[in-house]
Amino acid sequence: MLVRFFGELRAAGVPATLPEFLALLEALQARVAWLSVEDFYFLARVCLVKDERHYDRFDRVFAEHFKGIEKAFEAITASVPDEWLRSLAERVLTEQEKAQVEALGGWQKLMETLRQRLAEQRERHEGGNKWIGTGGTSPFGAGGYNPEGVRIGQGGSRHRRAVKVWDRREFANLDDSLELGTRNFKMALRRLRRFAREGAAEELDLDGTISATARNAGHLDLKIVPERRNAVKVLLLLDVGGSMDEHVRVCDELFSAARSEFRHFEHYYFHNFPYESLWKDNRRRHTERIPTDQLIRTYGPDYRLIFVGDAAMSPYEITMPGGSVEHWNAEAGATWLRRLTAHFRHFVWLNPEPEKRSAYTPSTVITRELVEGRMYPLTLAGLDRATAELRRRGSMPPQPPPAAAGISPSPPPAAP
Amino acid sequence: MTNSRFSGSERYIATPELAMAVNAAVTLSRPLLIKGEPGTGKTQLAEEVAASLGRPLYEWHIKSTSKAQQGLYEYDAVSRLRDSQLGDGRVHDIANYIVKGKLWEAFEANTQPVLLIDEIDKADIEFPNDLLRELDRMEFYVYETRQLVKAKHRPIILITSNNEKELPDAFLRRCFFHYIRFPDEVTMRRIVDVHFPGLKQSLLAEALASFFRLREVSGLKKKPSTSELLDWIKLLVAEDIPPEALRGDDAKKTLPPLYGALLKNEQDMHLVEQVMFLSRRAR
Repeated sequence: MLVRFFGELRAAGVPATLPEFLALLEALQARVAWLSVEDFYFLARVCLVKDERHYDRFDRVFAEHFKGIEKAFEAITASVPDEWLRSLAERVLTEQEKAQVEALGGWQKLMETLRQRLAEQRERHEGGNKWIGTGGTSPFGAGGYNPEGVRIGQGGSRHRRAVKVWDRREFANLDDSLELGTRNFKMALRRLRRFAREGAAEELDLDGTISATARNAGHLDLKIVPERRNAVKVLLLLDVGGSMDEHVRVCDELFSAARSEFRHFEHYYFHNFPYESLWKDNRRRHTERIPTDQLIRTYGPDYRLIFVGDAAMSPYEITMPGGSVEHWNAEAGATWLRRLTAHFRHFVWLNPEPEKRSAYTPSTVITRELVEGRMYPLTLAGLDRATAELRRRGSMPPQPPPAAAGISPSPPPAAP
Repeated sequence: MTNSRFSGSERYIATPELAMAVNAAVTLSRPLLIKGEPGTGKTQLAEEVAASLGRPLYEWHIKSTSKAQQGLYEYDAVSRLRDSQLGDGRVHDIANYIVKGKLWEAFEANTQPVLLIDEIDKADIEFPNDLLRELDRMEFYVYETRQLVKAKHRPIILITSNNEKELPDAFLRRCFFHYIRFPDEVTMRRIVDVHFPGLKQSLLAEALASFFRLREVSGLKKKPSTSELLDWIKLLVAEDIPPEALRGDDAKKTLPPLYGALLKNEQDMHLVEQVMFLSRRAR
């Protein structure tokens, strides 16, 4: 019965997996959560969400799934036979939820309310109102089940109190509070460099040799480790034109600094917001474009993605298809940004606008939300925070580094 | 298992969500990963869980040099080498040189123990991956003695992380996860009550108000947390500061007394001083 909820979670970008879902069902079976929506909410979160950055997404899906029934009602036409509902419910509800329903005063009462509600909805519809039934939502939607889109649950204060927990969305900007001191520009970028070990065995591992020799009861046992190489890969997406012109100089500086630091370095341009295509050369931007899809296919998730842009534009340029000022975009910029950030797990957005000023631009607020708060000002301190962010996320390289050798690939993060 | 539900203790206030997370982990005997701001009682949780469920506690504190293997066992090759040179008879049995790690000790406990793996993010990135099978099956193999160590009782494993490194997905999948949120004012009041039962209501109210005001100053490098608040209140009580000193317009304009317990670096102090100065001028 929770399968659809699970599906919605995954669609919303909460990376829950099947074993975790099964763990939730197991916990329900073991009665860890019992007769309380709030408990169920906590339990589901404990089981399915493994990163506090995803708490907010989870909250949104949870609220949507267990509260909203506007959409659900579209599937129902005439009066619903009791038996039909009951049999569906038998099939779909867990023991726990059945018990919840019982606690509410049993099926009779619930069905009665539901039918009443349905009738109300139909009338409104005939009256020319779409199914935005305010009456439809409030009493229903707690534990909820969902065959063919019907959702029923329990009402009452307990539910309302519980809803508040996830509707408060307290985790919305959880990852805003990263801290780091100030260093100079190049120093900050250098932090991006991570020493990952790859390639052939090339140098003598002194510590390893000593320890292996001791283990060997004194007989010499040579150990070799791969040479260190700068393996950080960077993909830079720069906003050009329009509102960015005054920032071009700042960008150029960042750009040239970045060039010399990384072995794998690619850059592309976009205007205002990344849409379905980008370009490499500003003079030939209208003829030589690279589809964003191709970009995602070409560069692996181990690339660190850095956007540079002031994100100052009309909000429609982000949220609406066709919102771009230059061309007709079939899909909204937000969709494309989500695609990019879903693929490149290590990303930041650098904003040349001073943080205080940009905090009130609606489009900046939207963008900040889209990049999960990882927007930093293009100052030394901001850059420092951004690289720290990239580094922290970067501690899980897709290619497994060789397990040998006692030297950790990166120095411990600098204390503030 | 219903009799062994965790719901906080006299010294430790657990929110319902935290209690739920612990109970889920205990019931399904899966490791529970705890994250949260520093000073929100992550490490203390393990002690309290062990105490309130009446279980033995094993603590494994992770450092940047820790290896997963150290939690299982270590082979003390150096003593063996020395013994062999001195002609000690023990040298023939390799089992004499196997030193048990915390995980092994926990596996051997006669009642279900609580095992704390503290600050797992301090270790190398491969550290959690090296523990996957051990946490999953609760068993491991000692190659030197060809012996399979299996947990007598699946321990309740609590893992804390300060979020310095991202943990691998495969590891996360095997854990339950809970993020300890910074307590709101009501919870905070309960926490302080638990620690300082005799505190004057007025002093407490003023102290809390002052504390939350300080936390709201944006841009602090290290926001003061619960443990800092408790230290501060301890100081206030010891110094016998009257509640009046914390109250009213005055408190909004100047730094709270003994603020050194709350703010831990000079940039933050400077920032707060500036904010205070500005708000004074604005009047």
